[in-house]
Amino acid sequence: MTALAALVRRDIRMALRVGGGALIGVLFFLSVVVLMPFAVGPDLKLLARLGPAILWLGALLASLLTLDRLFMADHEDGSLDLIVMSRSPLELACAAKALAHWIAAGLPLIVATPVLGLLLDLDLLSTSAVALTLLAGTPALTFTGMIGAALAVTLQRGGLLLAVLVLPLSIPVLIFGVAASEAAISGPRTFGAPFLILCALSLISFVIGPFAAAASLRQGLD
Amino acid sequence: MRLSGRGVKCVRGGREVFSNLDFEVSSGEVLAVTGHNGSGKTSLLRLIAGLLIPARGTILLEKGEAELTLAEQAHYLGHRDALKPALSVGENIAFWRDFLGGETSDAGDSLAAVGLDHAADLPAAYLSAGQRRRLSLARLLAVGRPVWLLDEPAAALDAAGQELFSRLMHGHLAQGGLIVAATHGPLGIEARELRMGGPS
Repeated sequence: MTALAALVRRDIRMALRVGGGALIGVLFFLSVVVLMPFAVGPDLKLLARLGPAILWLGALLASLLTLDRLFMADHEDGSLDLIVMSRSPLELACAAKALAHWIAAGLPLIVATPVLGLLLDLDLLSTSAVALTLLAGTPALTFTGMIGAALAVTLQRGGLLLAVLVLPLSIPVLIFGVAASEAAISGPRTFGAPFLILCALSLISFVIGPFAAAASLRQGLD
Repeated sequence: MRLSGRGVKCVRGGREVFSNLDFEVSSGEVLAVTGHNGSGKTSLLRLIAGLLIPARGTILLEKGEAELTLAEQAHYLGHRDALKPALSVGENIAFWRDFLGGETSDAGDSLAAVGLDHAADLPAAYLSAGQRRRLSLARLLAVGRPVWLLDEPAAALDAAGQELFSRLMHGHLAQGGLIVAATHGPLGIEARELRMGGPS
């Protein structure tokens, strides 16, 4: 347990330092959402209607942005070899890395959501609903994205491949995330059902993600 | 404790690197793996470390801890030094000590043993090549593992560093450890030689 805690601590610490990815994701999220009202125009009704979808798309792209470095940095400097050789199971080490990535890159997005809700003319209830769905859904994005990151680890320019591999997997999360947010804002559907499916998607990804990532890392060793 | 390989064959990228390789090294011994570039020295170390799978043959550690695999009882010191430039020297070594686990000793003491204690708070990005190597050696001391797999361990070390390194190896052998080192130059310690053939 101390081993995995040490891994989580190290990854979070590195993400927060210069050159780490934590801030890049939030800044990207900010710029996408801030630009949107300029592109769509000052129609408040339209903005409020598009709001949840824009926030979700921004969060999805922002979480992909830094995901390709999840294993690649460790692969390049040889740390991954030592992680594979260590006494902690590789599956758990993968889960620890994904958890650290989510804490450093996913949580800040959720914290920034209420601020961005103002720009899209969402009221307090709506923004908290979107933030809640992001809290339930972004772990699924990280844990499924990890599979793509593990597959692309040995490729120099793996970022684009990662996006191609991972985006189709994240479609269900996007659908139910936006559906739950919209249900909370405008009705008439219920918030509960899509939200629970979103939670279920996250739970499934917690189980499948680490195993699939560990398997592809083992396969890719050379 | 005895590490041995029987009829080991290594294939990388569809090309045979070496085949039918036998080797053996016991507690308190050093096996120096020599050979020209591309003869498979690094591949052999990675096979022993479990990072590659032998195409044929077996590699066994006898009388080790039964519960652990060979890789879990080995240190691998490769070309790439597994150091994070954004973390300080002290944080780097403390992380590997906590993560690798098992028998550990104080991170500060290991840094002092390789002469880096004055730089503990310095980001690893500012270290020279020789200092990075010393920091990697500190990992071998901070976490106890009976098998050391070293790839060009003395590269980039100055004269004092090489002397320090041979002292560390002597200490490790005295505690019943064993060492497999791929090398071009002299190791500074008495060693059995395994000469790799392969295409010239």
